[in-house]
Amino acid sequence: MKRNNRIEKLEEIARQVRKDIIEMLALAGSGHPGGALSASDIVVALYFSIMKHNPKDPQWKERDRFILSKGHSCPAMYACLARAGYFPVQELKTLRKLGSRLQGHPSKTDGLPGIEVSTGSLGQGLSIANGVALGLRLDKIDARVYCLMGDGEIEEGQIWEAAMAASHYRLDNLCGIVDNNGLQIDGKIDEIMNPNPISEKWKAFGWNIIKIDGNKMVEILEAFAEAKKVKGKPTVIVAKTIKGKGVSFMENAVEWHGKAPSNEQAKVALSDLESS
Amino acid sequence: MMEMKATRDGYGEALVALGEKNPQVVVLSADLTDSTRASMFKKRFPERFFTMGVAEADMIGTAGGLSLVGKIPFCCSLGVFASGRVWDQIRVTICYSNLNVKIGGSHGGISVGADGATHQSIEEIALMRVLPNMKVVVPCDAIETRKATIQAAEVWGPVYIRFGRPPIPIITTEDTPFLMGKAITMREGKDVAIFACGIMVYEALEAAKELDKKGISARVINLHTVKPIDEEVIFKAAKETGAIVTAEEHQLSGGFGSAVTEVAVKQHPVPVEMVGIKDRFGKSGSPQELMQDFGLTRFDIIKAVEKVLKRK
Repeated sequence: MKRNNRIEKLEEIARQVRKDIIEMLALAGSGHPGGALSASDIVVALYFSIMKHNPKDPQWKERDRFILSKGHSCPAMYACLARAGYFPVQELKTLRKLGSRLQGHPSKTDGLPGIEVSTGSLGQGLSIANGVALGLRLDKIDARVYCLMGDGEIEEGQIWEAAMAASHYRLDNLCGIVDNNGLQIDGKIDEIMNPNPISEKWKAFGWNIIKIDGNKMVEILEAFAEAKKVKGKPTVIVAKTIKGKGVSFMENAVEWHGKAPSNEQAKVALSDLESS
Repeated sequence: MMEMKATRDGYGEALVALGEKNPQVVVLSADLTDSTRASMFKKRFPERFFTMGVAEADMIGTAGGLSLVGKIPFCCSLGVFASGRVWDQIRVTICYSNLNVKIGGSHGGISVGADGATHQSIEEIALMRVLPNMKVVVPCDAIETRKATIQAAEVWGPVYIRFGRPPIPIITTEDTPFLMGKAITMREGKDVAIFACGIMVYEALEAAKELDKKGISARVINLHTVKPIDEEVIFKAAKETGAIVTAEEHQLSGGFGSAVTEVAVKQHPVPVEMVGIKDRFGKSGSPQELMQDFGLTRFDIIKAVEKVLKRK
């Protein structure tokens, strides 16, 4: 089957974003590659295909909003924002440095355009997304809210308070995404504090569920398109992903949750990504 | 007989006044709608009122989200649940992002009464004032609570308003000027300065009357805004009177008295005595019994004044 140009283009951006992530983290000497790489395809799909937004006018009222609840995966968002034109790509090199707008976790108050809210203390993003969705509805603004969560993150109780509320208020302008890479800092999610069955839990909370391979661009785009059509309830996309996706030695390796590659390792990682 | 009114009633009235004047004001309540008097707003503006259930963390986050689209959300619960229980949500979502969210914490202090320690909020001044971007207001009566709440909507950023359950004396008037961050000298005096907030302002005024009979001239300052604190009034009082007493219905550690002292020592390290709760939990009883049991009456303030004067 002939591959669609749009998909190929998005995959190419995702490859570039993953390279950016590796380079940024190697320069920073710290950070969280695993979850940034697992979520890269999803974040790229949002910024380069799904979301209505304007890098030249980050505060545009009608924009769709992206809330990165799993704040530690911010290198993926930073790379997307830079590649989309919110700030110079060169600035990615300042990640985690003193005085940088690219804080270790997203900061709303350090001046980086495109950051809707500060996140990083896990479990808080979905509540914020609910509030934005409610506010947009009050103001009759036809915009959508996307909230990316980790599968370890959903062990936080506040996520389920928010899950209840989104469903209670029938927030169909809200779409949650669970980056289901199966790992958290301490190990496999089902061994540390099993959040499974994930889809069934969201379903029980009244959400529309879409299950996909979260590293397949076609499936991601279809899921977002489908979510947009659902009325009367919020949708969550449970995206099965590979932690560390695209870098051979990082894939499914728990030790790469929160560790930067050395320069040597970064070279291998970049060559892996080049040939992927 | 003085007119008595609960400060929470002043809060409820202010929410209604705000609702009338500003369509961006919205109210969220974590299942304590009548207790916090958010019910008054709910009745008038049901479309801008959100029940959040017994889920305070989610309430704070949702308020943050609403503020991101230009709303001015007021979160309502009891002080214990609106501060300590959700401290990290307030810290990261609200204060770190500097969002325009207001928190109304009712049932401050032990004067809550019979519900006991779990429902008596006696740490929130300390917990809230340590957060960057947060403003903390502890009004002294229902009129001042109304003014403080209205002003909270007019200043940008996070504000925590602490008010209480029982009816307490009205000691200000509609005409008393109120400006967040600007203390009110309720009574002039030259021997000692008594700084108080909340219900303790009334106790301080009563103490000053008694002290006057003993020939002691006590200045009484209603320091309703704990943060940003009115440094000038503290410097001036310390310099002119040479002795400070603080009075709060709150833990001494890190609270109101600590805030006053932190300022005073920068310029005029005068002797200070603090009236407040001494590292213990609350308990059940009538408000009046509890205030006596915890040493939070005018008599405790008088003792503190006598003690501090000996140290001058």
